[in-house]
Amino acid sequence: MSLRSATLLYNSAKALRAYQPVAVACKRYLSDTSFARGIFMGELREDELFPYPDVLSEEQKETVSMMMEAGHAFFQETNDAAANDANEAIPEDQLDQMRALGMYGLMVPEEYGGIALTNTMYAKFGELSGEYDLGIGIHTGAHQSIGYKGILLEGTEEQKAKYLPSLASGEVFACFCLTEPSSGSDASSIKTRAVLNEAGTHYVLNGSKIWISNGGIAEIFTVFAQTPVVDAKTGETKDKMTAFIVERSFGGVNHGPPEKKMGIKCSNTAEVYFENCEVPVDNVLGDIGGGFKVAMKILNNGRFGMGACLTGTMRMLITRAIDHANNRKQFVSNLREYQGIQQKIARMNLLCYANESMAYMLCGNMDKGAPEYQLEAAISKIFASQSAWDVCDETVQILGGAGFMKDVGIERWMRDLRIFRIFEGTNDILKLFIALNGVQDIGKKLKSAGTVGAMMGLMKSKFLPAAPLKTKVHSDLAPSVDMLRGDIAKFSVSVSEQVIKHKKKIIEQQVLLNRIADVAILLQSMGAVISRSNTAADKGDTSEITLANAWCADSHRRISVLLEEMASSDVSKIDLAILEVGRKALDANGYLAKSPVGV
Amino acid sequence: MSGLRVLVGCKRVIDYAVKIRVRPDSLGVVTDGVKHSMNPFDENAIEEAVRMKQKKIVKEIVVASCGPSQSQETIRTALAMGADRGIHVEVPAGTDADLQPLAVAKIFSKLVEKEKPDLVILGKQAIDDDANQTTQLLAGMLDWPQGTMASVVNAADGRLTITREIDGGLEDISVSLPAVISADLRLNEPRYATLPNIMKAKKKKIEKMTPENLGVDITPRLKILNVVDPPVRQAGEKVPDVSTLMEKLKEKGHL
Repeated sequence: MSLRSATLLYNSAKALRAYQPVAVACKRYLSDTSFARGIFMGELREDELFPYPDVLSEEQKETVSMMMEAGHAFFQETNDAAANDANEAIPEDQLDQMRALGMYGLMVPEEYGGIALTNTMYAKFGELSGEYDLGIGIHTGAHQSIGYKGILLEGTEEQKAKYLPSLASGEVFACFCLTEPSSGSDASSIKTRAVLNEAGTHYVLNGSKIWISNGGIAEIFTVFAQTPVVDAKTGETKDKMTAFIVERSFGGVNHGPPEKKMGIKCSNTAEVYFENCEVPVDNVLGDIGGGFKVAMKILNNGRFGMGACLTGTMRMLITRAIDHANNRKQFVSNLREYQGIQQKIARMNLLCYANESMAYMLCGNMDKGAPEYQLEAAISKIFASQSAWDVCDETVQILGGAGFMKDVGIERWMRDLRIFRIFEGTNDILKLFIALNGVQDIGKKLKSAGTVGAMMGLMKSKFLPAAPLKTKVHSDLAPSVDMLRGDIAKFSVSVSEQVIKHKKKIIEQQVLLNRIADVAILLQSMGAVISRSNTAADKGDTSEITLANAWCADSHRRISVLLEEMASSDVSKIDLAILEVGRKALDANGYLAKSPVGV
Repeated sequence: MSGLRVLVGCKRVIDYAVKIRVRPDSLGVVTDGVKHSMNPFDENAIEEAVRMKQKKIVKEIVVASCGPSQSQETIRTALAMGADRGIHVEVPAGTDADLQPLAVAKIFSKLVEKEKPDLVILGKQAIDDDANQTTQLLAGMLDWPQGTMASVVNAADGRLTITREIDGGLEDISVSLPAVISADLRLNEPRYATLPNIMKAKKKKIEKMTPENLGVDITPRLKILNVVDPPVRQAGEKVPDVSTLMEKLKEKGHL
């Protein structure tokens, strides 16, 4: 993970500019087998939902459990998160211990010196940094989740053999260099350029990158730069993005001082400059001009880890909050006796449950070789970062004044968590990405059906009951399943109506698109908790059904409100009035009102 | 001195951090759903063997455990710490609590016959039954010298010098090989298995056998009559001054 360098999405960035490129970009690597995409089509894709993935063999479970034990021991006995935060660094001897422990090559094949974990195993191990020290998680994640992930995914055999062993052992660190001063969420606008030298042996790299995690300590850089590419058809030369593996030893690579940050302070973040850095042609990563694809593949692939990591954080925070609620007496009894506290604790548990269910469904499906998971990954990232923030906020609230005190150790989590809603694709951009993907699917469907056919289809889905499931679901889950079926059908109709109403201009309707994304996220979460609790019930544990039903009922209530808002012309008027306030304030360059005391 | 072969014992016990609960029938403690891990003294035993291997004194470390199928996890941990292969002497789940030191010592003496090690290292006692008998019984059965409660082990000239923790101080003894030693807590600081070693351990062999295969009768010789919780500590009382304290102490017969 790296600050803002990861803050972008090819598809959505493009989509913000024009409708058509999204369709092209998506079609390129989407086949239609995603539960999240089905939601927009009004389909509850059972085959994608049931059973909840159970991808670890008994042997793998034993291995993970041993790894977790080793990891707990490291974080409890060696790592000091508060000290790392205060010193804004990880002690050098501790880095050695992390190298010895094997934390830097978790997903590298064994032939290159890694330990070849599956996505699910990696995710579970990642819960540890979520539980103990997010800064450590960012340092190791920036290295392996995005830093050298490109080599792992797109590297040639030679590149893998050359770089992976020393990266997997942690002898050298890697980082991911995409973000630039003028290019954050809109990644395609990067200015760093690489031009082939006359001899044709090296690319000469020039440009600067900002907010690069591990930028100050890395030896190996995955760098994205514009390269002139001749279009085979037109003969025109155009700049296209290309990915490179750059070694610090190539020369012309410099970095700024470590940035001072709000949180995740022990992880190094720095500017990185390339000045006539000569990169051998053999170090092009992927295809020349194919850099966007490489960047998106890395980010999509790396995104799955956040949901699991933050499960660790939420579980720990819930324990802290409950410990306080069970022991702190105010007025006549312990806090636990008060409804206000019970409601908070319930909400925190449900958020964690929904997040964990989506996170491990995602990793499990990736491990099963699901060809398409980018919507699910985006949803999981948004939900994880937002719910961890909410859980932390409520933990501070339950602890009251104690929660605000540094020594109690919750405030650091609040600071550390804040960045998660920003990096790896801001939640705002990712929401547009989700909504636009769905809107575009619906647009295609409507187009192929023709106007009359489309209207008929809509009327049919609006008034006919949704088809029953063929999967046998535990009878206690029936109300939740009915809500999910009904809400998916209503949602699809509702979005279709909006597509018909706004046509291509729907892309500008961000308030609407945000509501669409919010519903999609809730529907995805309902599917995940139903599937998970049902699979648990099949194995004899019906205790999770209570959690799933509570979550689904609450989500259904929120979805009903959102769908009503989408359809209501009154709400549209309110939205316009509010947007007007925003525009006026922007025009006024500040707060709109004068002080009521007249001074 | 080099090229020794070592047999190390390890036992799966209830984790030291778990709060023990007595079973309702008062004939044992609750083990279902309770976290288990390797007996801490056995970790010391394995660590010592691994260090001897790093010093090239030892060539091969075989780790053996007697217990239910889950004991394999304990063996796997030992393999991840650096043992070379494992032997699992399986007893049916639920009967392992009846596996008494005499039976374990007999099993190990059979394993010694089979494996012909130069040295056996065991933990000085298991933290579940605290018997502290297996090493001594085994040394007797094999008619090998024993060095129990070792806090330092040095190898030179075909002999081991062992520092033992005894009442009131330390005792150095020298034993010839083959020998049986038991590890005390201060012998070393056991390492944690690293992730790469955990993965490597998956490929190491664990041989399975049963007490019957080895011709050992494990029928318990001792019968457990009753298991009770330790008495709950009574709350103390505050006294206003020293003279009342003296009075109370006299009253209770402490002075």
